[in-house]
Amino acid sequence: MIGRMILTYPDAARRTGTFLLLALITLMVYSLGVSPAWIGMVLPTSSEWLAANPALGRLVSAVMIAVIAALNWKALRQLPRHWQITGVWLELFVLLMIFFYSFNLSFAFIAKKISFLISQGVVTTLYISVISIAVATVIALLGAIAKLSRNGVIYGLATFYTSLFRGLPLLMQIYIIYLGLPQVGYVISAVPAGILALSLCYGAYMTEIFRAGIESIPRGQSEGATALGLSPSQTMGLVILPQAMRVIIPPTGNQFIAMLKDSSLISVVGVWELMYLARTQGQTEFRHIEMLITASMIYWILSIGLEFIQSRIEARFGRFNVR
Amino acid sequence: MPTSIDTASLEITLSGVHKWYGQYHALDDINLSIAPREKVVICGPSGSGKSTLIRCVNRLEAHQQGRIVVGGVEVGEDERKVDAIRREVGMVFQQFNLFPHLTILENCILAPMWVKRIPRAQATEIAMDYLNRVRIPEQANKYPGQLSGGQQQRVAIARALCMNPKVMLFDEPTSALDPEMVKEVLDTMVSLANEGMTMVCVTHEMGFARQVADRVIFMDQGRIVEEGEPDEFFAHPKTDRASLFLSQLLH
Repeated sequence: MIGRMILTYPDAARRTGTFLLLALITLMVYSLGVSPAWIGMVLPTSSEWLAANPALGRLVSAVMIAVIAALNWKALRQLPRHWQITGVWLELFVLLMIFFYSFNLSFAFIAKKISFLISQGVVTTLYISVISIAVATVIALLGAIAKLSRNGVIYGLATFYTSLFRGLPLLMQIYIIYLGLPQVGYVISAVPAGILALSLCYGAYMTEIFRAGIESIPRGQSEGATALGLSPSQTMGLVILPQAMRVIIPPTGNQFIAMLKDSSLISVVGVWELMYLARTQGQTEFRHIEMLITASMIYWILSIGLEFIQSRIEARFGRFNVR
Repeated sequence: MPTSIDTASLEITLSGVHKWYGQYHALDDINLSIAPREKVVICGPSGSGKSTLIRCVNRLEAHQQGRIVVGGVEVGEDERKVDAIRREVGMVFQQFNLFPHLTILENCILAPMWVKRIPRAQATEIAMDYLNRVRIPEQANKYPGQLSGGQQQRVAIARALCMNPKVMLFDEPTSALDPEMVKEVLDTMVSLANEGMTMVCVTHEMGFARQVADRVIFMDQGRIVEEGEPDEFFAHPKTDRASLFLSQLLH
């Protein structure tokens, strides 16, 4: 019945659908308990009425938000795709900034501390992450080759390693390396311990990514290379890995971004990286939230940098896929 | 047993070769000798062990019993010997197995540069020469994915030839091609045969076999059932199994 109505009156059906969607958004916004205070700010003369009718005010507020969202949607639809993307990013970013602004942050405090946060915290975070990423990549490559090995000893080593380091919480690994290694007579300072823990942990995750990437290349490729006389390592380096990169890079980019933020766990052993400074600098003047939000935004900016690098590398290794 | 290959008159000998995949007897007492410059076509129903046989010659598969000797060097566990053999034995596959991330030219110069340590300029010169011979020099800077199946297979032949092999193994080179592309690949193989290359071809292209083969080998269930000159084999197969196979093929 409904199906036939939709087919016979497509326009009416679409309008009804739009209306229902709007009603649904309104209901959701209303039931989330939106405050009508913002109408009072935009339109000061209405604040008395809003104070007198709180329930009705909420409803009006919800309807207006739904209508604004709908108009916004319509407006963005007019634009070409590229500008749609830019528009969505800008709007959401402004909303996020308004959200942070609502915390009543002291920008003077942020301005005072940010240079130290960057010169000490970001630098430490970055160099720990970059070294860990490089080491983890090497470990992952070796781990993946070991996991594909027919040699039982090598396979056993690789599986135990990935199982252990994927299985233990990263925080625990940091403690074990920093506090545990001195027990067996090897004293390690905090930064190398952190780098070691991050490399081993992410190397284990990335081993699986590399293995899957290598296995995704059809067997004919290594047979073709072998028949031409290439050695196993030449086959891997010249034929298999360059192709596997296309599969390996996107999840590896994920891992790098995750590692960048997980480097904050090293703060537990007292390394002056970004998160540690954000917590300690905020404490002195009870301005925790300022420092935490600033640090978060810095992490975000660094992640965007990694995303950018990832897309560049992806384009490079995908260029043979043209037709 | 020397490791250096006798390249002047490279002969392939298989004696008493057996291979099993688990319980499955893939090669059953293969005895075969291929003279220099000889053209041998191997045919037979699917699963008869044709591909396995030629893949044992350059040790893409390992045989478990018997001896395979290529140019005086035995194919076996010794990797240096196997490497020496692979340098003299080119192979063309059913699925081409070109490297999709490299251009046509890069496909052709990869092995000469890394295996034979030939400088890039010289390797490029050799590669362009062979790409001319298979009549696709203008595609040199494209990627394999941009070429038709027939063109890809001709590139695969040129790539193998760039290593200057004494023997070429063909593993069903036209089976994955659209019908209209079969001829261009077969023409390339015929001109290669006319130049005196030793060739071992697994193929069902009976026209090609009649035209170039010195000998046809018919396999079934891992055994060599029958062998003979092509005209004799196609006109008067000696075994029932071969005549049944041929009757199905020609209809």
